[in-house]
Amino acid sequence: MKRFLSGDEALAEGVRLARPNIISAYPITPQTVVVEHLSEMVEQGRLDAEYVHVESEHSALSCALGASATGARTFTATSSQGLLYMAEVLSYAAGGRFPIVMMNANRALALPWNIYGDQRDSLALLDHGWIQLYVQDNQEALDAVLMAYALAEDERVSTPVMINLDGFALTHTYETVDIPEPEQADSFLPPYRTKNKFDFEHPVNIGYSAGPEFNRYYKHAAHWDMVDALPVIDEVEKRFAEVFGREYPGVLEEYRCADADRIIVTLGSVAGLVRQVVDDLRNAGEKVGMVRLRYMRPFPAERLVKALLGVGAVGGSSEASGEASGDDNADDGARSKAPAARSIAVLEKDISFGAEGTVFTNVSSALLQAITCAPSASACGIRDICNFVGGLGGDDISYEQVEGIFALLKRRASIVEDPNAALVDASAEASNAASGAAKAAAHTSPLDPRKKVYFLGIDSLEEGGAR
Amino acid sequence: MKQTENLSAALPPTNPAAPLPPKPLTAKTLPDDEFFFGHKGCAGCGGALVVRQTLKVLGPHVICALPAGCMSAVGFNFPQLSFANNAMITPFAATASVLSGIEAGLRAQGIKPEDCTVVGFAGDGGTADIGLQALSGAIDRNDDILYICYDNEAYMNTGIQKSSLTPFGAKTTTTPAGAHVHGCLTRKKNMFQIVAAHDIPYAATASIGYLNDFIKKVQKAATIHGTRYIHVIAPCPTGWGTREDETIDLAKEVADCGLWYLAEFEGSQLCGMPGGKYIVNRRPKEFSSVEAYLRRQGRFKQLDENDVQEVIRERDIAWAWLDDLATGAK
Repeated sequence: MKRFLSGDEALAEGVRLARPNIISAYPITPQTVVVEHLSEMVEQGRLDAEYVHVESEHSALSCALGASATGARTFTATSSQGLLYMAEVLSYAAGGRFPIVMMNANRALALPWNIYGDQRDSLALLDHGWIQLYVQDNQEALDAVLMAYALAEDERVSTPVMINLDGFALTHTYETVDIPEPEQADSFLPPYRTKNKFDFEHPVNIGYSAGPEFNRYYKHAAHWDMVDALPVIDEVEKRFAEVFGREYPGVLEEYRCADADRIIVTLGSVAGLVRQVVDDLRNAGEKVGMVRLRYMRPFPAERLVKALLGVGAVGGSSEASGEASGDDNADDGARSKAPAARSIAVLEKDISFGAEGTVFTNVSSALLQAITCAPSASACGIRDICNFVGGLGGDDISYEQVEGIFALLKRRASIVEDPNAALVDASAEASNAASGAAKAAAHTSPLDPRKKVYFLGIDSLEEGGAR
Repeated sequence: MKQTENLSAALPPTNPAAPLPPKPLTAKTLPDDEFFFGHKGCAGCGGALVVRQTLKVLGPHVICALPAGCMSAVGFNFPQLSFANNAMITPFAATASVLSGIEAGLRAQGIKPEDCTVVGFAGDGGTADIGLQALSGAIDRNDDILYICYDNEAYMNTGIQKSSLTPFGAKTTTTPAGAHVHGCLTRKKNMFQIVAAHDIPYAATASIGYLNDFIKKVQKAATIHGTRYIHVIAPCPTGWGTREDETIDLAKEVADCGLWYLAEFEGSQLCGMPGGKYIVNRRPKEFSSVEAYLRRQGRFKQLDENDVQEVIRERDIAWAWLDDLATGAK
């Protein structure tokens, strides 16, 4: 059924179709319409859920936490200061592996007080262990709810998901939205089943303390499960397309990038504007393109680098949806014409004061890591860069481990300088991806985060590789 | 002591068709089952007794939630998990809201056993300070939860800092006693009055020194639907500067000398009277010596005669208020 809905209303329809058992939320502009609509649906009996009228955002997420621990499907929604007010509880939800889905209406942070949209609220909380998705229109907002539950509740993932909608630009702007039938939604999203819950026959203690000797194992698991959610996102979208007939481009969307000499990387609703400018400039003969990041966590470093460095095909799933696909097909023939060097701009509604925009930091990091994999990297003075994570939960960092880091850098240098191990591998990997071995290939790519991030005390530093 | 595995094997099935009528329990008839053991509580800990006795009364189908504080710090150290029933840690400010979520989650899925109590154990700081807002919200919604505040009169888990339930004159690490200031300058916040002002279905004060009274109140609370609150004094040898074998004596004496009282509030939902009803369970004809109670504790050592007189004056005001409420309700 097609209806003319605001982003908030579309999202609420998505929540109705996802049939949560518990909704606990506290109103804040510009999220308010979501909770108003959900309250109304519950009152009318269109949604069989318990709406808990909490007295704050902190309690909203805490209530969802308790409910999720009983095996209930839970939903909450917030924005801006409200998100920061519940920030403490974000790490409880992620650390407890509770697949709560939350809508966040992206909004500026005080002071000066401001109710309008920017992305500082959610981007400030990237490190809290939640999957973060940024949608670009109201249809995606609705669909994202169903896919978010499928992703969060996947046993391999078991991680909460935050769906971000630009305040007002999406939350209060009306578009035509196709609302799926409940039967369709039910066939896509079965009821939540989990072992991570209270059990009256075999009681459990949930959410305990874990000291320095155990803590890092929980964080290690949370990190890699999040990284491994990347292929699950594709699986979920594929299944979604089969049921609802709407395709999504995975963790990011490439738009007219193949032969572009200038690319804007962005996220959220402004992608619509960037797309329009790209089309107009293309019509004027300029080679410009766009990458729209849909997920900021897990960060799609590998696909981003492929899109920006223009290496190889990236598989059908990465093509733009809707009217964009025709244009991208036109670009396919131009892949050989990829420029020798290109300029990249990151456009975001965020600033990490004293540094730079947070999206820019993430994009730059992925690019730097990729570039240091190239045979020519040592020419620019840096051969290799990698990441050692230690001291989690009070764990000790030892003399031997620091020595081990230097030894590993030495061994990696010999691997990195082997020209056969450099970016050319990415093309081979891409063809593997096309033949359906995406996951296996991903783990052997030089861009593989597994070869960049080492957990001290878990990963072996002896054999020159993680795990 | 039964082990966890044996205990869970011996549990009655969930959702029993006909739950057994509750028999009045006393210290002598409390079940031998243990639900809270192997924890790292200090010797003589009053808070650990609150948790242990409460869980014995409520039985195996309890789900409990504990915020940051002594009992979660000593009870949840992986792999040494000390609860034989379902239990979880909550954010510090979120005892009541997590309890609300647990209860709502069970109810929404239709999986709440008849004999299941969703109970929280929070300290004085977790209740009267950082957790007060969430508690107020839960009472406002009248969520079907039991909230127990074990009051050891300071932030003991972090090493004895003043809370809003620290009594006048008590020395803590943030209200040090010196030549200028003799410890804590504020009076104990009246949590009993605060929750009663919400017209909560049931609230009570108790002391682990009067165990039968406490057990009776937990048992009564378990039969009532809606939000229930029990505030129980739980001395802390570490923070009070007393011997570990004095805990029960002190818990008795604080009620005997009138600095604490054993009372109940039945809200209008329960007693049918507008504004509810106050009941004083124990009214000493003559109070024992306040000075003797204070002098046996390291935290009050610095108090001079004027300070002691001030404590006695405040006690008499509190009792005048309580007597008035209880009489007015008759």
